[in-house]
Amino acid sequence: MDSADDPPTATLALLQDLFESQEDKGYIDWGWLADNFVEDVIPAFLQHIFLCVVSLGIALVISVPLGILCARYRSIYTPVTILTGFFYTIPSFAMFTLLIFVVGLSVGPTPAIIALVLYSLLVMIRNVVTGLDSVPPETKDAARGMGLTDRQILFGVELPLALPVIVAGMRIAMVTVIGIAVIGAYIDAGGLGDLIFDGIDRDFPTLYITGAVLATLLAIVADLTFVRIERLLSPWSRRARGAT
Amino acid sequence: MQEFLQVFQRSDFISNFIVHIEISALAVLFGVLVAIPIAILVNRSDSASTLAINIGNLGRAIPSLALLVLMFPIFGLGFDNALFAVTLLAIPPILINGVVGLRQVNPQTLDAAKGMGLSGRQILSGVQVPIAAPIIFAGIRTSAVQVVASVTLATFVGAGGLGDYIVEGFQRNSTAIAVAGALAVAVLAIITEVIFAGLERGFTPKGLRIAAKRGK
Repeated sequence: MDSADDPPTATLALLQDLFESQEDKGYIDWGWLADNFVEDVIPAFLQHIFLCVVSLGIALVISVPLGILCARYRSIYTPVTILTGFFYTIPSFAMFTLLIFVVGLSVGPTPAIIALVLYSLLVMIRNVVTGLDSVPPETKDAARGMGLTDRQILFGVELPLALPVIVAGMRIAMVTVIGIAVIGAYIDAGGLGDLIFDGIDRDFPTLYITGAVLATLLAIVADLTFVRIERLLSPWSRRARGAT
Repeated sequence: MQEFLQVFQRSDFISNFIVHIEISALAVLFGVLVAIPIAILVNRSDSASTLAINIGNLGRAIPSLALLVLMFPIFGLGFDNALFAVTLLAIPPILINGVVGLRQVNPQTLDAAKGMGLSGRQILSGVQVPIAAPIIFAGIRTSAVQVVASVTLATFVGAGGLGDYIVEGFQRNSTAIAVAGALAVAVLAIITEVIFAGLERGFTPKGLRIAAKRGK
């Protein structure tokens, strides 16, 4: 009766009810998040970025020379593709397990980084080769006609022209690696997966939802950033489009 | 070694194996049922196609464990959660390849089909889809392999599957159990890859295969 006479109070009570029941279910405990953001969330986020950037860096150092070799000596391209394709097919959780129990690595960031590098190789090498293949033969002829040596052609002409395709490979590899690194937390590699696994263990949704949302955002931001870089690196395609 | 082999003889192994395949197969099936009609629907419009591809790319960026966990509050623990999350993961690769596959069909080929008096529907089912089939199946293959891998993580949302053994192996620090689980998943993924690669070849129209050979 009272509440009917006084609608604002009723609404307030209703809102309070809603809020409290929400809090009972405890999906997101904003207070906890605010208190622990700097201490728990940011380190996990930075560790995640660290794992992915290191892995992609190592993958780049391996796949650029290997890709150049594959583009030159075609006969090794198929075996390289089959081997890296094999790594790519093995589910990541199984890969971590095999690296630890069969190869004998101890848990921590090392097996995680090795697995992440192995996953990146297929895409990266394939894109290096595709990128080098996409350089028109006339362009190489012109460079040779200008008196450039093979090495100068490779570093001054072929690789710069192949760069957008290589960056496209890095984009796919980076997004893949960010997703797989989440699982790396299970073998103590740290990163955003820590929040997810901790949250599941403690049945604390705030933790695992934060981890999952941040991992998703990180992957999407990385994807969009690489798209931007790809576009910046190939101004000629924009110019060509503008011309037609 | 004996302990390792015993894992495969455990009574729950078969049921977990079946659950793993069941979730994977249903997810890919639902993925196809959602993605292919959308790909056909957006086929006529440039901007809708671009939008579909961009959404597909965003969807592909979502980490599988994150998606499984985000379905938690909605579905709770168990099979439904895993199936729904994994179906969402199955859609993007099929959608992207479906859109790209249908759109890369040579416009002159479509003109020729129109000139022969085929209706829009006949062109779609008789010309466009068969020519796009290898690319569409490549998308389904990518999706299937990814789904088999993701279902391994279903153990964390209490849906069972072969990931159970990996987790049990880690918890009991048993090499035999962990490796049995990991190898079972790895072999399942590789078999999936091989089967779908075969389907991809099988669904390539004869004419395209001949053309590819001549091209070489």
